[in-house]
Amino acid sequence: MKRSTLILMGLVVIVFALSWIFKAISFHGVEEHYVLQGFLVTLAAFLTLSIMSFLYRDNPFYKFAEHLFVGISAAFWMSMGFWSTIVGNLIPRLSEGLSNFFKVHYIPGDYNIFFYIPVILGILLLMRLSRNYGWISRWSLAFIVGTTAGLNFIRYLRSDFINQVSATYVPLLVDWQGIGHFFSNLSLSASGQFIMMLANWVIFLGVMCGIIYFFFSKEHTGMFGRASRVGIWILMITFGASFGYTVMGRISLLVGRITFLFRDWMGLNI
Amino acid sequence: MRYIFVIFSLVLLTFSAGLAQVDTLGVDSILLNIAPPSPISNLTVYDKANDHGHALILEWTPSPDDGAGMNTVMLYEIFRSESPDSPFVNVGSVPLGNSRYDNIGILEKESRDYIPDNTDLYYRVDAVTINPEVRASSEVFGPVRSYSNWFHRGRVPVLLAVLIFGGLMMYFVTVARKGAELYVRPLAGISAVDDAIGRATEMGRPILYIFGLGTADMISTIASFTILSRVAKQVAEYQTQLIVPCYDPIVMTVAQEVVKSSYLDAGHPDAYNDDMVFYITTNQFAYVAAVNGIMLRELPATNIYMGKFYAESLILAETGAVAGSIQIAGTDEVGQLPFFIIACDYTLIGEELYAASAYLGREPIMLGSLKAQDYAKAAVIILSILGIIAANFGLTAFTNIFKVLD
Repeated sequence: MKRSTLILMGLVVIVFALSWIFKAISFHGVEEHYVLQGFLVTLAAFLTLSIMSFLYRDNPFYKFAEHLFVGISAAFWMSMGFWSTIVGNLIPRLSEGLSNFFKVHYIPGDYNIFFYIPVILGILLLMRLSRNYGWISRWSLAFIVGTTAGLNFIRYLRSDFINQVSATYVPLLVDWQGIGHFFSNLSLSASGQFIMMLANWVIFLGVMCGIIYFFFSKEHTGMFGRASRVGIWILMITFGASFGYTVMGRISLLVGRITFLFRDWMGLNI
Repeated sequence: MRYIFVIFSLVLLTFSAGLAQVDTLGVDSILLNIAPPSPISNLTVYDKANDHGHALILEWTPSPDDGAGMNTVMLYEIFRSESPDSPFVNVGSVPLGNSRYDNIGILEKESRDYIPDNTDLYYRVDAVTINPEVRASSEVFGPVRSYSNWFHRGRVPVLLAVLIFGGLMMYFVTVARKGAELYVRPLAGISAVDDAIGRATEMGRPILYIFGLGTADMISTIASFTILSRVAKQVAEYQTQLIVPCYDPIVMTVAQEVVKSSYLDAGHPDAYNDDMVFYITTNQFAYVAAVNGIMLRELPATNIYMGKFYAESLILAETGAVAGSIQIAGTDEVGQLPFFIIACDYTLIGEELYAASAYLGREPIMLGSLKAQDYAKAAVIILSILGIIAANFGLTAFTNIFKVLD
């Protein structure tokens, strides 16, 4: 490691050590464990700035925060998987002896022989660790992928297909009473006849052209190609609106972190 | 002054106590003298259709004193018993103005809310006034039985769609297996995959393949496995390095199998290494932090994002763009597509991801299913036009065919 890097790291450590001292002093008399509270706020600020330093370039502080985050989260999820799924949900439904061993409440009424199926599939999955019998783990994988794909097929068919088809059944002539009536009552309000008809026409044409864009077994030429072009335009306009909406949400997340740094860590009332 | 204050306080106390006495007497007398309301009429109880049992529905004509007449009914209490002579148990209530109660039972036999199937049950509904003791009971209705149904008739449209789509798929798969050439239009994103792998080989840099946050049961992840299979085969042929960091352990396991068999198919089983496909963590942003680090340290020539992506899509794609990689993305997550479109060189939009897996795989089953999907889309267009005509003419019988009930 370069000398300049070491000096920089030393300086950062000193700055955050000072921050810890100042925060602990500011919490004195306010928080019961003021030294610990000062440390936690300083650590949170350090990790926030370490992650943000990635905007400059990859650096040792980012690497430290990244490895800490990955390590803690991987360990947390493994621990959760064992204690919540196996100990918390499975064992109380299968074995009184094991429930007593892990000090969890045994539920005799919930005993169900079908719970042995995930146990067996889980053991088969662990056969991957064996060089000779690793192929057996494919059975579990086939079961997981096949079963859930089948279940999802019905769900998607219903939500993304049939319900969407019925959602396009909108009248193109809303409350139509003749061309004269239409122009004499022309209104641009959201509940007005003109806007409602316009919205329904957009739904109709948008869905038709959008579907045509997603035809894969026919070349997009001629009239078909033009409809497909309209379809992609409609998709892009939708994506543009969605982009703007989501970016606003992300800005609010950034504001949250900056507020933490300025107010909670630096103590500035902005 | 002190005496005046004490006297004034005593007077106030006496006055308020007197008022309270009068008020209590008034309310009590109203409660005691309230007249019993007229009972409900035409009580009918029937089994809830299209369910797994343990549920009955009650309907009645409200009491004449519900919102009219003496206007004394406050609520209706529902009672159930297994015999007309044994005591009835209160199973629920609804406020005035209601004429229906769904008695949905739970499956625990010890519970008071358990409704046994195939057992004679009797129901009674009481119209209750503000004084719970002043009420009017209906005639007892029964016996009535709850039972479970084999078929959910409200989901017949789903069954029809499955049959039609399944039939189309079987037909086209058979046609494809017989060797018929099924045309699939070229997709820019897919053509770019071959070029991107070639670029990585020339530059001597790795290819980064990312599944996103999808689990192995998601359709987009399953489609992504097929694409990975093709990419891995080509990578094995060109002897390029492949990096597949995974968010989900099951996805990692499947991906390892996919890459392994692709290396075997390419005739380079020795080049396969289990460390190509590895698990990072099941935490969204920790995963992103790690993948971003890989992008900047390994400097992959090509980043391929195929699968399910959420809030991490832009962070990943933007870092990849900063690292100077060629980027090809594909997802069916509509909310994330805009980010891929702006930050990647090629993007497969929604169903193009599934089509890509069929296009690359070139297997009869996948090509047949793609063709069947196109016919299903044609059916959607025809049905939509018919439905819109029906909606314009108020033909609700046609539009109701497609209403799927819960």
